[in-house]
Amino acid sequence: MIDIEITKPLLGSEGAMELSVSLAIEEGSFVALTGASGSGKTTLLRILAGLESAEGVIRVGHERWLEKGRAIAPQQRRIGFVFQEYALFSNMSVEENLLYVAHDKALAAHLLDITELSALKARRPNTLSGGQQQRVALCRAMMNRPKLLLMDEPLSALDISMRQKLQQEIALLHREFNTTTIMVSHDPSEIYRLASRVVVLEGGQIVREGTPKEVLLQTSGSQKFAFEGELLEILNVDVIFIAVVAIGQQLVEVVISEHEAQHLSIGDHVSVSTKAFAPMISYVPATIS
Amino acid sequence: MLALLQSIEWTPFLLSFKLAALTTLILFTISLPLAWFLSQTHSKIKPFIEALTALPIVLPPSVLGFYMLVMLSPSSVIGTMVQELFNVQLLFSFSGLVVASCFYSLPFMVQPLQSGFESLNKRMLEASYISGKSRVTTIRKVALPNMKPALMTAIIITFAHTVGEFGVVLMVGGSIAGETKVASVAIYEMVEIMDYTSAHIYAAIMIGMSFVVLLSVYIFNHHQRYKVGGFHS
Repeated sequence: MIDIEITKPLLGSEGAMELSVSLAIEEGSFVALTGASGSGKTTLLRILAGLESAEGVIRVGHERWLEKGRAIAPQQRRIGFVFQEYALFSNMSVEENLLYVAHDKALAAHLLDITELSALKARRPNTLSGGQQQRVALCRAMMNRPKLLLMDEPLSALDISMRQKLQQEIALLHREFNTTTIMVSHDPSEIYRLASRVVVLEGGQIVREGTPKEVLLQTSGSQKFAFEGELLEILNVDVIFIAVVAIGQQLVEVVISEHEAQHLSIGDHVSVSTKAFAPMISYVPATIS
Repeated sequence: MLALLQSIEWTPFLLSFKLAALTTLILFTISLPLAWFLSQTHSKIKPFIEALTALPIVLPPSVLGFYMLVMLSPSSVIGTMVQELFNVQLLFSFSGLVVASCFYSLPFMVQPLQSGFESLNKRMLEASYISGKSRVTTIRKVALPNMKPALMTAIIITFAHTVGEFGVVLMVGGSIAGETKVASVAIYEMVEIMDYTSAHIYAAIMIGMSFVVLLSVYIFNHHQRYKVGGFHS
């Protein structure tokens, strides 16, 4: 069991706020940490790693990582950390990056094998693609067989196909090493696929938590689509009003009543929803490289 | 030509290089922890230490030389202490020159090292800590190998700057042949006694050597940058 009960004053994107988190995490579980940027996710991760100070208590099993203002050093926590921007040791080869953590050649070979990097083990990190670098970082994080694996938006810089490949590898490693994993992510599909639990942070506080189903499928069971967009224009055609809404890259026309038209103004953030009576799903070949 | 080269008294050059090598070695040892501290700290005293270490750049050598004289003289506290502890007289001696040079060249060692440390990816250092590695191991295995140009610049510029010093050396060391008469002081004396031929030879050698040293730094750094940055897309 990992018990976290910490507070830390933060300077968020909207002025001063207090990070105040109380969380119990079961060993071996996979927790996704999500929420708007500036909500304190990264700070929480860095406090768990011992890279930043905080008030409160962190207990991992029978170890006390933080108590009464005394924190043990990152070196003594036996954790793995995957940074968003890889942070590999650029003076070492791929294999040396792994062996630097622990001189365990068998484990390094095994990890490189799983992530299909064996052929690249003598290469320097800055000669690799982003996806390859992040896989090296993932392997490196596993080298000390961490009790706790922390990942800060590890896949956000990668394209979709590479992201899915790494998601599989993360799931594989998580199972094989039985590591408790906490991952910051903004991607609902990623969270759905990997996490057993989702924690949503907002302004330094936990505002929601539960299984990915409970948290992500807010309209669970109602078979409803809802998209958020921006109202671009309201057209008056004869007796009806048509709202033009931008949803992502698409423009959608929606018929609205006169009453609705009067209460909406251009630029409003709106939600377009419909019941899905007979939705169709068709395969879209991956064209994004 | 050969006869001319043979007629040159090389001792001042050897002395200059011995002084520069010792000073560089001592300063590297002192500056490494200092530069690391300055690069990592958010303490309020950081600007004070930075200003203090940068002082020798702006001060006239005579100011530094004057206080060195006062500080190192056998009648001062430090002078007496060193005299009694090590039986070494600092004034007008080679040891005194080393002490003075260390003050004089300090910023040339600290500043490149500090900016080298500051230019490192902080996450990379944190990744090393998380891997269970101590600060010393992290500096040795991760920080220093990733800042070779800064390291090279610090060492070579400190060395070259010490070879090129004149005012402080003259004030603290005088011009004792084989002890404190370094190349720059020797040239000054030759000009004073209007021995322009020797002055020309000495000066030309200084220019040649300094140019070669600086050139090698720039070539090295150019290659390093190409090696590190060449593959970035």
